Amino acid sequence: MIGTIALLLGFQLAGEVAVRLLGLPVPGPVAGMLMLFVALAIRGSVPEEVATVANGLLAHLALLFVPAGVGIIAHTGRLEGIWPVLLVVLVASTLLAVAVTAITLSVMRRLQQGRGES
Amino acid sequence: MSELFEIWVYLAERPLVWLTVTVLVYWAAHRLYLQCNELALLNPVLIAVVALVGILLVTDTEYGTYFEGAQFVHFLLGPATVALAVPLYGQAHRLRRMGLPLAVALIAGSLTAVVSALGIGWLLGLEADVLRSLMPKSVTTPVAMGISEKVGGLPSLTAVLVILTGITGAVLAMPLLHLLGYGPEDATAKGFALGVSAHGIGTARAFQHSEEAGAFAGLGMGLNALLTALLVPLINALVMLAW
Repeated sequence: MIGTIALLLGFQLAGEVAVRLLGLPVPGPVAGMLMLFVALAIRGSVPEEVATVANGLLAHLALLFVPAGVGIIAHTGRLEGIWPVLLVVLVASTLLAVAVTAITLSVMRRLQQGRGES
Repeated sequence: MSELFEIWVYLAERPLVWLTVTVLVYWAAHRLYLQCNELALLNPVLIAVVALVGILLVTDTEYGTYFEGAQFVHFLLGPATVALAVPLYGQAHRLRRMGLPLAVALIAGSLTAVVSALGIGWLLGLEADVLRSLMPKSVTTPVAMGISEKVGGLPSLTAVLVILTGITGAVLAMPLLHLLGYGPEDATAKGFALGVSAHGIGTARAFQHSEEAGAFAGLGMGLNALLTALLVPLINALVMLAW
């Protein structure tokens, strides 16, 4: 377990360094994720311990967003007067984005499969 | 009674209390969610955030004091994001085949998220700086704040909008996709849509569905962070020209 924690922190650190050195517009951990993905692909398999710790951490990913979510309390002043409108915009725009992404992916896959069969 | 109060005053200043309260409240919210047959409106993040905001208001606690404890949970977001590589690698054999469909869906979803927020917000009379803060709302907080700053939005407002977008997606995306006819077997499309439109909180929701959905959500979140960082400054420049 300690080995995996060191591995995850190490890739996060490597991601932070890479992002700063190259001026990439993504957060360090996202770059770290891509680097770990490449490392796993080169290795050709996921060590069992890494799989166990990673899946355990991800099973409760939702918990990790709670402290940032509570941060809304520090910004209520900013939302005053405009929050009903903002809520309408967020709900409408998020639903549209979800629907468009899912439908586009399904249609594209069907097109691809159709071409593969003919 | 006054002794208890003194203990409270002592403990309230230590990280332990708010760390414990955060984990406990989330645990209770998660139990409630499971017991109510995973009712969408009882999303654990939504309920835990609402309950904790209530607790902080009732106990008159500053967010800074709360965060001193909660930061230990918050910090794990970094390693957890790196860990997304593991389920993603589990889907690697499908990624190569799905490259083109995923790329097209990403571009369509990313554009929809940015342009619809801008368009609907403008129609409803929001001011320019609020509109600029809205555009990057679908991507993970640090990226969204950076984009917002770059195009003249308000980064701290963007941070709130990002969280609200994530919770909106976590609550409403699955019911919407169900209405659109997506079943339990469509984990790929559901997960990818959640990640692209509702970043990490959507990804957390996808992991509650299945590991496959979570893997594609993580991928969608990462890719959309990159694409939105390129798209928003471009769209902002186009809008400024047209103004």
